[in-house]
Amino acid sequence: MSELSIHSLSVAYGRRSVLENITLEVGGGEIVGLIGANGSGKTTLLKAIAGLLPVTSGDILIQGRAAAMMEVRERAKYLSYLPQSGSVFWDITVEMLVSLGRLPHQKWRQALTSADQDAIHAAMRAADVLAFATRPISQLSGGERSRVLLARALASNPAILLADEPTSSLDPGHAIDVMKKLQGLAHSGMSLIVVMHDLTLAARHCDRLVLLHEKKIAADGPPADVLTAENLAAGFGVRAFRQMTEEGPVIVPIDRV
Amino acid sequence: MFLLSLLGVIVLLAFMASLLVGRSVTALPDLLSLLLESEQGTELLIFQEVRLPRAILGLLIGATLGLSGAAMQGFLRNPLAEPGIIGVSASASFGAVVAFYFGFASLFAFALPLGGMIGAALGVLIVQLLAGRGGSPLSFILAGVAVTSFAAALTSLALNMAENPFAAMEIMFWLMGSLADRSFDHVWISAPFMLAGWAILLTTGRALDALTLGEEAATTLGFNLQSVQTRLIIGTALAVGAATSVAGAIGFIGLVVPHILRRFVGNRPGALLPASALGGAALMLIADVAVRLLSPDRELKLGVLTALVGAPFFLYLILRERKRIS
Repeated sequence: MSELSIHSLSVAYGRRSVLENITLEVGGGEIVGLIGANGSGKTTLLKAIAGLLPVTSGDILIQGRAAAMMEVRERAKYLSYLPQSGSVFWDITVEMLVSLGRLPHQKWRQALTSADQDAIHAAMRAADVLAFATRPISQLSGGERSRVLLARALASNPAILLADEPTSSLDPGHAIDVMKKLQGLAHSGMSLIVVMHDLTLAARHCDRLVLLHEKKIAADGPPADVLTAENLAAGFGVRAFRQMTEEGPVIVPIDRV
Repeated sequence: MFLLSLLGVIVLLAFMASLLVGRSVTALPDLLSLLLESEQGTELLIFQEVRLPRAILGLLIGATLGLSGAAMQGFLRNPLAEPGIIGVSASASFGAVVAFYFGFASLFAFALPLGGMIGAALGVLIVQLLAGRGGSPLSFILAGVAVTSFAAALTSLALNMAENPFAAMEIMFWLMGSLADRSFDHVWISAPFMLAGWAILLTTGRALDALTLGEEAATTLGFNLQSVQTRLIIGTALAVGAATSVAGAIGFIGLVVPHILRRFVGNRPGALLPASALGGAALMLIADVAVRLLSPDRELKLGVLTALVGAPFFLYLILRERKRIS
């Protein structure tokens, strides 16, 4: 059984249709890269799965159960969403921020249990933020902050993680670290959908890529099959340098078609 | 925990001070011997019928303002928000002014607070209808501004049309906010609403913590923001509506107290709720003792004092904040 099944999903903002007839299965332990041009509906798809947007038609099943029938709190136990904008409104410490990730599991007025503490520590180690656990958020760089937000998303030990451009503000080293970490989480059973713009990074670390174009899924499959010259021209309007190396594919966009 | 205990001790001391200070200052041993005597002297009567209800109201109203101010700032993620932002203070004031204007206030004692609470309920109902089911802070603020402006305009109209200058003066004085000459009747009529409001507001702590990460993240952490907004509106309406109805509009406590205490709770909006309730009670009691000491003959109105001291202090806080950032 798939962890996440999406059948004939359509989403619209008012009358403007954004996604049409999306069907997608994500299995347990799979990391799926969601790619596509700006405005192709990647974030909309993540938000619809996370329950942040009303669905026009179609179904979303989380571990076989209709997401539409689940309470927000119930859904939060299975699914974690890392938004693109990393806004933090109050200047709390890194540790406090990561502990917010445990809220779906905390009972009414109950303090953090030792299981919560363990999960928080593990999430901070996974995102490599233990070194500045006690620092306030305002004193972090953009990249450090986005790793802290990733740690928050991991702290709930979700079955499904939806991450919207988790590497966009990271240096190449930390971007690779984060992708390896996400890959590692997939290998330990978590299902991930990750929105990405760095095609090489996506190709190297995702099991599968899904290309969104003109409201629909234009391609879905192993990275090498999706990142063809035709798909890159259709999906992004670019031609690219593509090379299969011993360490995986390298894709460098060169110019507009 | 240390902070809450410390604030609790300050509240206790301020409460004692409020009992002992009046037109005549009672020494603590005298008060104790008074209480132990079975004879019903004038001093005991003053203590029971004047100072005790006044101190209790100071405690309850201060806590209400501090708590609802902290909840409002947390929900709107804006340190400049205050309890009155949803229009509850202005509409409660207007309701009380109507009771004055049509002479109900002179007919029966409960007319003023009752008018205030009806006003608050109507005002908040309109805000809830205007803000709709979207749960967006912006529409919430705009609805509050609209209701506040309209209620203030109607209050001005009542003043404008008042038949004699004394009626207008009476309304003006009431609007300034005070705890003078309140009795246990005022405590009994307002306390249940304030306590119910507190209970509702205190349920929002975890959701306010989650809102630190924004609305989308808070929703995916399992919080129904529509329900949070509704609880916030109802809780504030009950507590602040009741508070304004018995004491008039007392500004700045709901704004300044959460602001001062925020850094002592590590900026966590949920932890700020109980701290701010205690801090509000302490500040209100201290301010009410101050008005009695500052001008014993012609008593300074409490609302005037809090605004006079609160506004420059708030300015100082903003300047210090700017300095820290730059």
